[in-house]
Amino acid sequence: MSSSAVNPVSGSDAFTADGRHKIGGVILSVQNISLSFGGVRALTNISFDVREHEVLAIIGPNGAGKSSMLNVINGFYHPQEGKVFHKGQERKRMRPYMAARAGIARTFQNIALFKGMSALDNIMTGRNTLMKSGLLAQAFYLGRARKEETAHREFCEKIIDFLEIEAVRKTPVGRLPYGLQKRVELGRALAAQPEILLLDEPMAGMNLEEKEDMCRFILDVNKEFGTTIVLIEHDMGVVMDISDRVVVLDYGRKLADGTPDEVRANQDVIDAYLGGGH
Amino acid sequence: MDFLYNFFISPFVQIADAPLFFVEVLTGGLLSGVMYSLVALGFVLIFKASGVFNFAQGAMVLFAALFFAGFMDKGVPWWGSLILTIGVMVLLAMAIERIVLRPLVNQPHIILFMATIGVTYFLDGFGQTIWGSSVRVLDIGLPQTPLEIGGVLVNKFDIIAAVVAGSLVAALALFFQKTRIGRALRAVADDHQAALSVGIPLKTIWAIVWTVAGLVGLVAGVMWGSKLGVQFSLAMVALKALPVLILGGFTSVPGAIIGGLIIGAGEKIAEVYWADAIGGGIEDWFAYMLALMFLLFRPQGLFGDKIIERV
Amino acid sequence: MLYREAGQFKTSYAADQQIFPILQDRIGIGLIAVLALGVLPLFATEYMTTTILIPFLVMSIAAIGLNILTGYAGQLSLGTGGFMATGAFAAYKLSTMFPDLNIVFVFLGSGVITAFVGVMFGIPSLRIKGFYLAVATLAAQFFLLWLFNKVPWFTNYSSSGVISAPPRAIFGDIMVTGSSAHYTAKYLFLLVFVGLLALAAKNLTRCHLGRAWMAIRDMDIAAEIIGIKPLQTKLSAFAISSFYCGIAGAAWGFIYTGSVEPLAFSIEISFKVLFMVIIGGLGSILGSFFGAAFMVLLPVILTNAPHLLGLNIPVDMISHLEYMIFGALIIFFLIVEPHGLARLWQIGKEKLRLWPFPY
Repeated sequence: MSSSAVNPVSGSDAFTADGRHKIGGVILSVQNISLSFGGVRALTNISFDVREHEVLAIIGPNGAGKSSMLNVINGFYHPQEGKVFHKGQERKRMRPYMAARAGIARTFQNIALFKGMSALDNIMTGRNTLMKSGLLAQAFYLGRARKEETAHREFCEKIIDFLEIEAVRKTPVGRLPYGLQKRVELGRALAAQPEILLLDEPMAGMNLEEKEDMCRFILDVNKEFGTTIVLIEHDMGVVMDISDRVVVLDYGRKLADGTPDEVRANQDVIDAYLGGGH
Repeated sequence: MDFLYNFFISPFVQIADAPLFFVEVLTGGLLSGVMYSLVALGFVLIFKASGVFNFAQGAMVLFAALFFAGFMDKGVPWWGSLILTIGVMVLLAMAIERIVLRPLVNQPHIILFMATIGVTYFLDGFGQTIWGSSVRVLDIGLPQTPLEIGGVLVNKFDIIAAVVAGSLVAALALFFQKTRIGRALRAVADDHQAALSVGIPLKTIWAIVWTVAGLVGLVAGVMWGSKLGVQFSLAMVALKALPVLILGGFTSVPGAIIGGLIIGAGEKIAEVYWADAIGGGIEDWFAYMLALMFLLFRPQGLFGDKIIERV
Repeated sequence: MLYREAGQFKTSYAADQQIFPILQDRIGIGLIAVLALGVLPLFATEYMTTTILIPFLVMSIAAIGLNILTGYAGQLSLGTGGFMATGAFAAYKLSTMFPDLNIVFVFLGSGVITAFVGVMFGIPSLRIKGFYLAVATLAAQFFLLWLFNKVPWFTNYSSSGVISAPPRAIFGDIMVTGSSAHYTAKYLFLLVFVGLLALAAKNLTRCHLGRAWMAIRDMDIAAEIIGIKPLQTKLSAFAISSFYCGIAGAAWGFIYTGSVEPLAFSIEISFKVLFMVIIGGLGSILGSFFGAAFMVLLPVILTNAPHLLGLNIPVDMISHLEYMIFGALIIFFLIVEPHGLARLWQIGKEKLRLWPFPY
């Protein structure tokens, strides 16, 4: 993405042979999570770990509780039971903006961009938490605010280059086609330089070419920055290709958890999900 | 110190001293609350069936009352005036559907809301251009004399108002639950597009619901008009119905009734017992503050549905 | 031909992020400044200054204020009148309690006080949204007016409940408030205020605070999930919006009418300012000026037009007609162009870019 972020020589301790960050220890751990709305159980006793620098996929049929799981991780839903540990510390009841400030960014299944703003402004908004200039400085665009705006603009332009959306940077996002909106949304999440990136069906509704582009972006982000990625996806081919580990949910319960090959061989998964003619 | 005494102690002393009088104040408040409910009902009907927050409900109350009183002044008997005014309200509903709502289909709710503020201004101006702005006395023979029930004095007029409001709610409940149109209305309220796709004619439904709201406005206008006289300030009565809505929730007919009762009673009691502490003339804002306090604890209102947000 | 950015390449992000990146816009703004500061004061009569220019400037401030809250931050408010009243009475109290305080600081101080009041009434915005909030802001409108009416301290125990602006000067001896102030001095003083306030508003809306407001407006849940604190952001919008409304109220009382009672800031004013924002364009600072100009000019035209046409319409009829025309125009604008005059202006510029070779 940026010329300054050149990877050190492969083979050093932190990197694998193909230049990726080596998968590290547990960065986020969900333990015995149960969540229900009124009488409806969305999640039942779910536990899994997310390790640093890995690509983790959560799969399962519609209604399996995948999106709810992401909502729990970033503090939007509060589970009735269970705990979430982030970097070894238990997370108390929190508001979603705290998760963002702690380095957890996400995209949404139904695009949640700010429709009245341009692509560039959307991405700049992702950096809002990093901007500190005061009210008066902003009101009169004094030195500090000006410097800050310009510096962050520069960073956002790098993301724009990376995602190949230079041509539409000043277009209101409401006018962009679906695939580009998805990219802008990814850009907005990346702008915050998150440690963990939650992607809710980043490839839903895309054609093959767009999917390939999106896969490339996701893998590049993981490789360049070492960003830990948790994604929800329906396309089995994609999941098996790009993820290091897979968690399978069904009806709010965890069926399996392991490498793609392990999951593929798991009898429960085959019965419940893959087996039925998929 | 005086203030604290007047605020926290003296009102309760007064209540304990004369419990019968308190019951009288309470009853009076509840009954005048019914009048607020009457206006709030119109808001709820339109909100339920079209998701439009109809700020013009108050203007429709005034508009209906102006026409009704205007026809009566021209020497038309009351039933004739009623029929004529109903005709006017039907035309108005159709015009609003055609001119305002149809071009604004699928616009954000806030735009529709602002359009109804435009409708408010238009109706206020139009009604008064035709009928003038002088106060008209509307006398349809409702008694204003007090009546004593078990030692408590109540106004006969208020009781009649309560009976009218009660029958109106019952009629509306029947209409919504038991008729084909009522079912269609509820379907439209749930989802415009889904309703369209199963063949419910949206335009007709909207015209009907605005007509019904217009008729509720007519009833409210006649009641309020015979109480206060038909004048511009009737449109302001609608502003009183808004806190009722916050309390009761925008989508609940029983909420509108009970919210009205709470506001009416709260306002009367505050006016009688707390005037020493905070001064008179509080009826302009008291209802709002009451509703606001309430909202801090229950944002969806008394009967509103709990909102589960999804992303 | 005249209006195009072709050839104006930006070589740095700083240059691209100027407030008016296009040369022609900068020239245009310069021309307007020269016109408003230098030419208009020379030619405007007293009638024109006091019935059109000054109210236009006052209402522009209020419209910018409401536009920040409703157009940018998406929080619908019907309490503008109450906040303007707060500004007027705060200015009165400040200038009578501290007679030596410069009038500039009186205005700014009244804005700050109003900002605090605005924040208090903005607190419910965390829990309630949309129409519920709009109704809640009516509480501010009615409660504040009642307060200024009821508590004699606010009017320094004046028996009529009317406050009159004390005479105050700037630069030593140029009177800008009170009955002895010259209308041109009032106009120029106000103009400088409006210019700076508009500039500040424009800057705020293009910096990170403005983006946070728009994010909350466009999708509050997503905004919170990317790290924007909802309460803080909404309250900042309430504070800044009320700051503007407060200054507008102070300017109304001190410069426009000279004396004022709470009733002048009734709910009618709240609606009028809302109309300005809608007609001018939600989420546009420039639009606030268009809207204010429109709403100030329309009644003047309506009052004078029958005379010019030789018609004799009674006064109360005119006010009823005014209502009808306002109402009809609002509906018309919402249907034809929900983004208001500012959008039409933008479309005009787009056309001009291509003119005279539309292909």
